[in-house]
Amino acid sequence: MDAVFKALADPSRRELLDQLYRHNGQTLRELCDHLDMTRQAVTKHLKMLETANLVVVVWHGREKLHYLNPVPIQEIYDRWLSKYERHQLDALSQLKQKLEGNTQET
Amino acid sequence: MDKPTFIYVTYIVTTLEQLWEELTSESFTQQYWEDGQLQSDWQVGSSIQQVNQNGESVDIGEVLQSEPPYRLTYTVQVTDTTEAQPSRVRFELEQSGATVKLTLIHHRLDAQSCMAMGHRWTASLSYLKQLLETKEDLLRLVA
Repeated sequence: MDAVFKALADPSRRELLDQLYRHNGQTLRELCDHLDMTRQAVTKHLKMLETANLVVVVWHGREKLHYLNPVPIQEIYDRWLSKYERHQLDALSQLKQKLEGNTQET
Repeated sequence: MDKPTFIYVTYIVTTLEQLWEELTSESFTQQYWEDGQLQSDWQVGSSIQQVNQNGESVDIGEVLQSEPPYRLTYTVQVTDTTEAQPSRVRFELEQSGATVKLTLIHHRLDAQSCMAMGHRWTASLSYLKQLLETKEDLLRLVA
């Protein structure tokens, strides 16, 4: 779990996850095209995200594809939230999204 | 072959055999399948039946690959449209030190089903980890 928090504690890495959330299964080249980061930086961040199991890599033919793996985040969620609280929290989360107009945190 | 719609990975402190047994149990299929549970003998070529709460069953898929306790692949009709190619679910189990690495690869899901199934899968996999690691059925405890 330390690796997950460490990986998430960086805006560039969160941006990478946002990018995969919008369009899952991208190659390194595709990711670089969409992000204002050097290829080296993207590679370095991807490695940390892979270590934390937040990004999973799979070979598809000759292409190496990157997928967002949300399971560790779900495990964090499940650790501190009981099944009872979820509906209220979902409602609060929806309210926040609605009021903030889905603007991305930076 | 088209590229996977999504891939989920989790590491669970358990044995390959226990995880296999849990994955193919009706109670676990009920976690991720919205309209009831999935029933099958999980042999290659066998059908997969969706059984709803009233006990009505309908044929919705077929087992393509079954290599206990390592690999299980099956097709499943997620949407009602029969013209659409069925979506494909693949589980890979692999010993990884003291844990078992479970990879779920889902192919051919449209955007809407992807959102719905995605949420159910992540919740189900997290639940599965808790179930196998704590030996306590948390859902039943709070039910």
